[in-house]
Amino acid sequence: MSAQSNLRPHYQRPLLTTPFYERSRFLVETDAHIPWSGYTTAEVFSSVEQEYFAIRNAASVFDLTPMVKYSIIGPDAERYLNRLVTRDIGKLKVDRVAYTVWCNEFGHLIDDGTVFRLGQNEFRLCTGERQLDWLLDCAIGFQVEVEDVTDRIAALALQGPTSCAVLKAMGLAGAENLKVFEIARYQFADRPLMVSRTGFTGDLGYELWIAPEGALDLWDRLMSAGQTRGIRAIGYRALEMARIEAGFILPNVDFISAARTIRLDRETTPFEMGLEWAVALEKGHFNGRRALLEERRRGSRRRLLGIEISGNKPAQGSLIYDSSKALRQIGAVTSALWSPTCKRNIALAMIEAPYFKTLKELWVDIYLHRELLWERRMERAWPVERPFFNPERRKQTPAQDR
Amino acid sequence: MTQRYDHLVVGGGHNGLVCAVFLARRGRRVLVLEAADQVGGAAVTREFAAGFKVSAAAHLLNSLPEDLARDLELERHGLQFSARALPTYALNQSGPAIVFAGGAVRGASAQDAAAYAAFRAQMARFARVLARVLDMAPFRLRFGTWRERLAALQLALQIRTLGRRDMRELLRIAAMNAYDLLTDHFESSLLKGALAFDATLGAEHGPRAPGTVLTLLHRWAGQARAGALAMAQPAGGMGAVTRALAAAAVAAGVQIRTASRAERILVEGDRACGVRLASGETIQAGSIISNADPRTTFLKLLGAEHLETDFVRRIDHFRCKGLVAKVHLGLDGLPQFTGVDPAGLGGRMLVSPDLDYLELAFNPSKYREVPARPALEITVPTVNDPGLAPAGRHVMSVNVMFVPYDLGADPAAARLALMSNVLSTLERYAPGIAQRIIARELLTPSDIEREFGMAGGHWHHGALAFDQFFFTRPVPGAAGYSTPVPGLYLCGAGSHPGGGVTGLAGRNAARLIQAGA
Repeated sequence: MSAQSNLRPHYQRPLLTTPFYERSRFLVETDAHIPWSGYTTAEVFSSVEQEYFAIRNAASVFDLTPMVKYSIIGPDAERYLNRLVTRDIGKLKVDRVAYTVWCNEFGHLIDDGTVFRLGQNEFRLCTGERQLDWLLDCAIGFQVEVEDVTDRIAALALQGPTSCAVLKAMGLAGAENLKVFEIARYQFADRPLMVSRTGFTGDLGYELWIAPEGALDLWDRLMSAGQTRGIRAIGYRALEMARIEAGFILPNVDFISAARTIRLDRETTPFEMGLEWAVALEKGHFNGRRALLEERRRGSRRRLLGIEISGNKPAQGSLIYDSSKALRQIGAVTSALWSPTCKRNIALAMIEAPYFKTLKELWVDIYLHRELLWERRMERAWPVERPFFNPERRKQTPAQDR
Repeated sequence: MTQRYDHLVVGGGHNGLVCAVFLARRGRRVLVLEAADQVGGAAVTREFAAGFKVSAAAHLLNSLPEDLARDLELERHGLQFSARALPTYALNQSGPAIVFAGGAVRGASAQDAAAYAAFRAQMARFARVLARVLDMAPFRLRFGTWRERLAALQLALQIRTLGRRDMRELLRIAAMNAYDLLTDHFESSLLKGALAFDATLGAEHGPRAPGTVLTLLHRWAGQARAGALAMAQPAGGMGAVTRALAAAAVAAGVQIRTASRAERILVEGDRACGVRLASGETIQAGSIISNADPRTTFLKLLGAEHLETDFVRRIDHFRCKGLVAKVHLGLDGLPQFTGVDPAGLGGRMLVSPDLDYLELAFNPSKYREVPARPALEITVPTVNDPGLAPAGRHVMSVNVMFVPYDLGADPAAARLALMSNVLSTLERYAPGIAQRIIARELLTPSDIEREFGMAGGHWHHGALAFDQFFFTRPVPGAAGYSTPVPGLYLCGAGSHPGGGVTGLAGRNAARLIQAGA
């Protein structure tokens, strides 16, 4: 913890700094910081493009510490999580990780995140938003302790094709054998270091978890081990590009958490997000199950699709129509990107029923701001498979380590 | 051994038994499971000292509808009354009591007597409307069916037919506090104190709290529904009512198993399908009907994992901590109360001499303390029913208001203080009573919780207040006797229309279940 700044009264330090700040702040050439879950984090270190290509062509380091982490421990921990989240936690083995979402009683999404099974009765839930109140309400009637441990764990995401090689160069023997969503434990500088093969880039990559006191050691060793392997600290913007290519959804971007919506009908369900695979309806009751069964019976009102758009101008925030005349709006883009790796103009878009089932061709209006002149273009678009980018190395085990 | 029933009622309290009778009459196979050795739940008569018997909780029948009792043929099944239409005495430490009997008041000023007649007549009109509500299964505000819309419309019409002045008055006072309303109408402190007592008996607040007029209306509505059975004392105590109900149930073909504690409601495929007993035995049934309080039903018997977090939170916030303790005394002779002639001792006597006394009796409960000068409802059941005690001896049954569930850091000391405060209060109104006491028992809300398995030890299974009334009783999502889990129903006092020995929750639930909802 950067002691100096965090010892000031809270009103004088609206944003906390992570244990890596003492290194990262010297690397942020643009001084572009943005707040994330109460911490200040780098938006861009030097250039978004360079950082993006570090993810896809070399190794990237992203400070993950602000990710909210909850420890869930107790004899009822598995039962508790099974009622909380949509996936079947009974099937999650010790030292494995699962992506999941969770809902309220109407089957509306509250958030998504990852569940780490650290022991038979010990879990860690990583989420984007703080929600201890909800997690504690969920604990009524269960023998379980839920605690926010965000500031007790420093975390880095090491992602990219050379990430495994960097880990091995750092001395983490056998890292290449780690399977996707698997956890390994190492001793690092006399401290426990947890490594999980997880990430938000859709590429080969790992996440590293260590006590805050070990944070700077970890950073230094990673950087020196990665020096010859193109390692680079990256900010939020580059990660955002990779996440869209991977087709991952982002809460409060691609859907609005039901804990935040103000307007009626702005909530979203897992089925609408195309997350059927993550909803274990057969596991027994969980929050939202009865409503989701009803939705399955009636059909969804809308659905998030991956689409490809002609041209090379990102369709950020665009409306979607059923014809080039733009008479009937049938949806809107939630995330968009010109993908440098795929060389495709891609987007995630929420499309209303029944069009998401029937339409083969969509029309997207893109507004271009060109030296004070706005230009509107109607571009053809069509649904495509997600993820947009899915390299073989992502799941390959043993991982490529050179 | 696994048997299959159409309906399985968990808990043989009076509502559970009533519900079972109505279902069995339709030819269904019904089993009632009772954890104790006798049915009745809290509506039982039990020996608290050698030879002294008393109704364990409620000691007077005041809201069992006459037509329901007739329909259930309770008299044929052995229910008798040792007294009916008991008068109420508002005790006065230094003079004659004010007596409420037959809809009139004696002993108050002429002005108050007239005001009481008018007040009572108006409240009776309101109570008649509310009495209709007691018989209704709550509808949802987000109407699901035309039947619900119709029910809401009928209710609105009922209120409208009161006429403009009465309707306005009802809407004006419905959410008001008893303290202000009574001050508006009456001058006598004693009269106001007694009426305010009825407005707060079993409630969770003193008379200055908003909503206490509702509890008074609720009480009078129940009384209106009871008709000739209002203020009645069952011969043999409250246990006689549930014994007669059990006999009616058996006659209707209901099977009753006592000493069979249900431990878990079993769920299969998101449907309640049976019960596991403490003995390990499982019993299958088409539907499970819980007479237990909502908290026990959902959090202990069913388990939170079968419920939505939002629903569990509502149940967790359902206010069900009782505020009434019970004191039972064995006396070696009849006590004498100042201002009450010996013939009056069979009636209901209140220690609530004025509004501020009552409010001050309430205040300590906020701080987990017992009242120094408690408000009391006193009956001497042996006056009308000598069989409850050895010859020449008497039983006194006292409801002590505003005793918190949580007695603070030293519950044992608090209990001693409470008993001593009750006795010294009694001594002020019945000088010499202390020398007559040969047996005593104190049941605080936490004792009631332990003894009868009611979470919080609340008689009504949960406070009666606007936010826990009708379509929000016990909580949204379980207000119409059905619950979020298909096949699981509620039929206890935690559901509409609430507590008191009424049987209405049981009957309403049976109607709904028959209708196949």
